[in-house]
Amino acid sequence: MNLSKKWLHDFVDLDVSDKKFADEMTLSGSKVEAFEVEGEELKNIITGRIDSLTRHPDSDHMWICSVNVGKDENIQIVTGAQNLKTGDVVPVAMDDSYVHGGQHIKKGKLRGVESNGMLCSLGELGLTVHDFPYAIEDGIFVLGDDCDKTLGIDIREAIGLNDTVTEFEITSNRPDCLSIIGLAREASATFGVPFKKHEPKVKGCGGDVNEHLSVDILNPERCYRYCGAVVKNVRVKPSPRRMRERLRACGVRPINNIVDITNYVMLEYGQPMHAFDLRFLEGNSVIVRTAKSGEKITTLDGVERDLSEDMLVIADKNKPVAVAGVMGGEFSGIMDDTNTIVFESACFNGPTTRITAKKLGMRTEASGRYEKELDPESCLPALMRALELVEELDAGDVVSGIIDCDKSVKKNRTLPFNPQWVNDFIGINVSTEEQKKILEAIDFKVENGVISVPSFRNDIEHQADISEEIARFYGYQNIPNRKLGGVANAKRTPEQNMERLVSQTLLGCGLSEIATFSFISPKHYDKIRLPKDDPRRSGVVISNPLGEDTSVMRTTVIPSMLDVLSRNYNNRNAAASLFEISNEYIWNGVEKLPDENVKVTLGMYGEDCDFFKLKAVIEELLYVTGVNGCDFVPVTNDPTFHPGRTAAIMLGETQIGYLGEIHPAVLKNYEIGVKAYVGQVDFASLIKYGNLKRVYKPLPRFPASNRDLAFVCDIDVPVMTLEKAISGAVGKILESITLFDVYVGSQIPENMKSVAFSIKMRAADRTLTDEEADSAMKKAIDALAKMGIKLRS
Amino acid sequence: MKEQLEAIRKSAVAELQNASVLQDLDSIRVKFLGKKGELTAILKQMGKLSAEERPVIGQLANEIRADLEGKISAKVDSIKEKLLEEKLKNEKIDVTLPSGRVPLGHKHPLSIVLDEVKDIFFGMGFSVASGPEIEWDYYNFEALNIPKNHPARDTQDTFYITENMLLRTQTSPCQIRVMEKQAPPIRVIAPGRVYRSDAVDATHSPIFHQIEGLVVDKGITMADLKGCLEDFAKSLYGEDTKIRLRPHHFPFTEPSCEIDVSCFNCGGKGCPMCKGEGWIEILGGGMVHPKVLKNCGVDPEVYSGFAFGIGLERLVMFRFNIDDMRLLYENDVRFLNQF
Repeated sequence: MNLSKKWLHDFVDLDVSDKKFADEMTLSGSKVEAFEVEGEELKNIITGRIDSLTRHPDSDHMWICSVNVGKDENIQIVTGAQNLKTGDVVPVAMDDSYVHGGQHIKKGKLRGVESNGMLCSLGELGLTVHDFPYAIEDGIFVLGDDCDKTLGIDIREAIGLNDTVTEFEITSNRPDCLSIIGLAREASATFGVPFKKHEPKVKGCGGDVNEHLSVDILNPERCYRYCGAVVKNVRVKPSPRRMRERLRACGVRPINNIVDITNYVMLEYGQPMHAFDLRFLEGNSVIVRTAKSGEKITTLDGVERDLSEDMLVIADKNKPVAVAGVMGGEFSGIMDDTNTIVFESACFNGPTTRITAKKLGMRTEASGRYEKELDPESCLPALMRALELVEELDAGDVVSGIIDCDKSVKKNRTLPFNPQWVNDFIGINVSTEEQKKILEAIDFKVENGVISVPSFRNDIEHQADISEEIARFYGYQNIPNRKLGGVANAKRTPEQNMERLVSQTLLGCGLSEIATFSFISPKHYDKIRLPKDDPRRSGVVISNPLGEDTSVMRTTVIPSMLDVLSRNYNNRNAAASLFEISNEYIWNGVEKLPDENVKVTLGMYGEDCDFFKLKAVIEELLYVTGVNGCDFVPVTNDPTFHPGRTAAIMLGETQIGYLGEIHPAVLKNYEIGVKAYVGQVDFASLIKYGNLKRVYKPLPRFPASNRDLAFVCDIDVPVMTLEKAISGAVGKILESITLFDVYVGSQIPENMKSVAFSIKMRAADRTLTDEEADSAMKKAIDALAKMGIKLRS
Repeated sequence: MKEQLEAIRKSAVAELQNASVLQDLDSIRVKFLGKKGELTAILKQMGKLSAEERPVIGQLANEIRADLEGKISAKVDSIKEKLLEEKLKNEKIDVTLPSGRVPLGHKHPLSIVLDEVKDIFFGMGFSVASGPEIEWDYYNFEALNIPKNHPARDTQDTFYITENMLLRTQTSPCQIRVMEKQAPPIRVIAPGRVYRSDAVDATHSPIFHQIEGLVVDKGITMADLKGCLEDFAKSLYGEDTKIRLRPHHFPFTEPSCEIDVSCFNCGGKGCPMCKGEGWIEILGGGMVHPKVLKNCGVDPEVYSGFAFGIGLERLVMFRFNIDDMRLLYENDVRFLNQF
């Protein structure tokens, strides 16, 4: 909402700087985004009269003007304009002046003839012909009789380009402040100056409006009130300067007096208005009803629109003539030859107007206001104001009487006046008198302990709303700052502790944390080569996405990780080791919210990266979180991963994660030119199976016995198989098995490998004898022998 | 004999002086003090001496032996020291060579600031709660006093899954979920991802983070809101920080406010960071609307509360002087490594 200072001053007398006005209004709740002083950029441009015009001796189109700028001597200015005659008063940019756009004007010579400035066009003042319809676009702006033609005065004063426009951000609960009067009321309370109420007065020219018009509301639940009046002998012409400049200041382009009046009243009262040409209302009737199936209307913007049965229209006897609260029809609009018009000042239901406007894809100034629920009580004063302006502007003859079809439920909203409640709720101590004064300043009535809420304050329903009114005018800055008292017991949940531990561990392992979008393109499922029937392909789909790229909630974080690895690779970063703790979203049908499963996803590429580096990080993570006894079981059939370099992380029968080298085809899809490794651990499993409890174990008091054993087995036998067999055979005294060599080559048979372990044994209560250690080793050798695995000789 | 002993001492000292390597010292020791050494040879002749002379000469011989042993061992030490010096000199490295560093990972800037915010609120006795990102319309809007077709829904362009299921546009539904589960007193923050259909640019992202705060108890007032958030601002930006509340409108708080902090760059004088205002908006809040309390089964006649919401991305961008929000989600390691 743009506010004209001049217009505001019709309703409040204010003598404060623009900056102070902006600051104080912001602090009392009407947020100022910015303010702009009109014509601020224009410097040293004054009025001047052309006293004589002579041809330039060396030019066939330039004129030498002698200009009276209110000084003792005329000044000489050369112009190329052709629309001037002696006696014209024009804007004169003097030597060392600035015109619109920041152009600096200095004196100089034009084809040898001295010129002490420049005569200005509308454009050079930042204006258009909408502001001064009698002026021409490509010539000098000759001031009309609506301007102050005193010579030598600042052009801004002369033509009324001296307003200040303040831009407000009005919140959706205060449609009443989308008006001059609403903001004036706020300003009045903010600065403690009286609000000058205006009562529109209409003389009327006789006759009876009912002879010209009938109004019927068929859907009173959607049209609360419809006020209509008729103006005949309409004289369509430009509006006077005062009205034009105010409209301009508020960002509305002046059109003609009738249209301008509707806009003017809308801005002043916050009440949308519409004008119909009565000629085109068949049966001279206005019927407010829902559209019939198949009906169409061409709106004022020239677009033909299909109406649906849930849309409210203004219709005549036969057809819709306007979409109620949204836009009028083209054919019934005001034209140059319009003779008799109908003014509409109506109140429509907010939500349904909003839906209609949305469906038609045309959120207009009017619909934007209606959707916030306007006050039915403002229909009549606004209509009266429009009629008053018609008479003031001599725009036509107002037929006596108005039609007021009022279906609104009269809500006499009252709340108990409870100053103590307000003080207790806000934490202040404002006297009863002071509170009463604040409320009365914004048109609330306080009598006998009861507050009557003005009809335009639809947002006031509760004591809390009253307390806000008190607080904002008392001043939020005057509310004390109180330290939060009481005792609170804040502690981290097991999940929060675990998350912290996981993050710290991975950071310590050299992985950096990333943050990726939770929605992805479904194309990623192709890129990671998910089978067509993979359940991960169906997930949570956004019905109104920004684009395909962000249209489904990911069922796996792998694509997000690959995307980031790819971006880093393509940005020529030599290596990246990354992790993210984030969600996968699993669809549960329309009746249940999707599962949001937290996953720890790891990804890396770079010179020193391989499967075992990633495995090392995951093993460290499992160790730190106390998830013990995991097996890494080969996975050969996951299409995203290398069939020979992928493992499932199994805790017994439960899979808690996986890791592997990304399949070359997937790497290609992501344009990653090196090997990349991705793994994932299920966060919930870390919580479920992890153990953060630590119990001290005494340091060993007796020495360990070490034995090295090498076995020869089939090349495909996983080392884990051997380890498990040894571990089972050695039993309690086993402290650790460390693999130290895997050999394939000429020393051993083809398709076989040699696997060498260093085995450490220890007893807590004694030194193991050589016999004990040897006997344990023999058990291990025997156990492997049963599996056909021989000791390497 | 005395003269002989003194001569031995003299010649030994002379040889010692000339000795430069450890082997020389060994041979000197053998030559003079060894079993077949000169001193020993003299001592073997002790028997020939008179009873009076014997102790005198013996004492002298012992004294000379001790003297020479001491001198030899001092010389050994000095040579060893020289050798060590020499060795260390040869072990010299170029300490300006780059180390390659021990590569720790880097926390994401969003996490760095979020952790800091969490710690501040922990200190004030707030627990941390969370709620689903995919929410029911009821929690995201209806229960927060934003009925269907309320114009406030327009300012939060919403991604819908079904008519009633959506991606939460704010962390405020966590208020409802917390109050449904827990009776007052409540003191909780709820950080998380939120979604709005804004196209990606330098200052907009369809995904961003909010941190919701909620305090409900008997006798909670707007003065508590002010005090609490001023403490927060001071912890985050320093003791000199001030806050400013501006009236605003949120359907689920009444009174509502937007909260500015004095610009941490210029201290409030006005600079490019605060666009000359001296203030930077960092959060919104207000007293929990009585309707919202009621919706959650909390009696507004007994309890009151305040709530607030902080935009994490904004805090992060101001903190690290990041001018483009997209960097946060691109995850280029050259960016991540800076934190």
